[in-house]
Amino acid sequence: MQQPNASIACGDASGPHINVTSPLPGITGLLEERLDTAEHIRDATHALLRGPSSMTEGERELVATLVSSRNECRFCTNAHAYTAARYDGGMSLVQDVVRDHTAAPVSERMHALLHIAALVQSDARSVDDAAITRARDAGATDLDIHDTVLTAAMFCFYNRYVDGLGSSYPSDESYFETLADRLTTTGYMRKGLDGTH
Amino acid sequence: MVGAAPKLDVCALLDDRFSLRHDDNTHTTATHMAHIAVDPSIPGIRSLFTFRPETGVPLTRLAHVLLHGESPLTKGERELIAAFVSHGNKCTFCTMSHAAAARHHYGDDKDLVDEVVFKGDNSRLSPKMQALLVIAEKVRRGGRIVTDEDVAAARAEGAVDRDIHDTVLITAAFCMFNRYVDGLKALTPSDAETYVPMGALMAERGYARD
Repeated sequence: MQQPNASIACGDASGPHINVTSPLPGITGLLEERLDTAEHIRDATHALLRGPSSMTEGERELVATLVSSRNECRFCTNAHAYTAARYDGGMSLVQDVVRDHTAAPVSERMHALLHIAALVQSDARSVDDAAITRARDAGATDLDIHDTVLTAAMFCFYNRYVDGLGSSYPSDESYFETLADRLTTTGYMRKGLDGTH
Repeated sequence: MVGAAPKLDVCALLDDRFSLRHDDNTHTTATHMAHIAVDPSIPGIRSLFTFRPETGVPLTRLAHVLLHGESPLTKGERELIAAFVSHGNKCTFCTMSHAAAARHHYGDDKDLVDEVVFKGDNSRLSPKMQALLVIAEKVRRGGRIVTDEDVAAARAEGAVDRDIHDTVLITAAFCMFNRYVDGLKALTPSDAETYVPMGALMAERGYARD
């Protein structure tokens, strides 16, 4: 994992790389910029993170947070840390996972799934039979493995979309509590953002 | 009408993760098992979309809008970005299928696709596309490393906001699709010819065939 290099210009140092019409920060603004793609991004995300799964919502949010922190995406890491903190284990567990997911107080099944997520983030071809076997031996289902890989892959998408365009960071971190309220109740759909469906 | 695919050394693209043993069939389809129980008759990412249609359907619709919807970038340019990014991520299935789709769009100029994707030779691309591929490569490695200078260089060659947005979005999306395919070890045909009709279908009919 690359360490942050202070001499590399970061998008958020000088503002977004393109004109983003919406005043909303990070991904929330970008998803207002191009609604034809945003619709399908939201549908896929909502199904994956809030739809029926053999993983709990909290487990899926931990995967999102871990991957975003490994990709060093400040916006996404905070958005999902604050959201994950609303589930069992709270912010203390989130911090343990981000600091060292191999030592966090989670089940062996989650250890194995977080390991797979970390491999997907760095080089998905390195998800080997041993990593899969470890997960299955700990009770992971095909759906657990699928959802872990796709969630990790999806956050590699989100982190690059947000940072690649240098999208803005909220001026006040209480924004993330408001966002967590929304993500843990209505989820990832657009409904209600401006009063429309 | 697209001609026969160039005789690419597909094996060179397959690292030692993939067993090179062939089954008894004359028609080699795949040489390994996926990590989860997908339908073995469906190659690549489509088997994953079918495994979990709740996510598969919106992801195919996203791919369709990205690569066939409105954009200042041509469909060929967008497939070229997809193939270029996939090659950078060493995802064989996505590289081969999107290069095939790109060749179909470029028609008589299809050699351009191989020059750019497989030989790292951008010289025949427009200056605007060259500058956008610099951005794509940086986004592929990590969005934080895209600089104001990279963006200015693209604008200097005529790129508008939407060119830059779509380049970043396509690149980011393929960083997802590549990881989805390889993280689950989706079935990857090792026969280069298999990708020719696949690419034609992708180019002509797109992705949201539900």
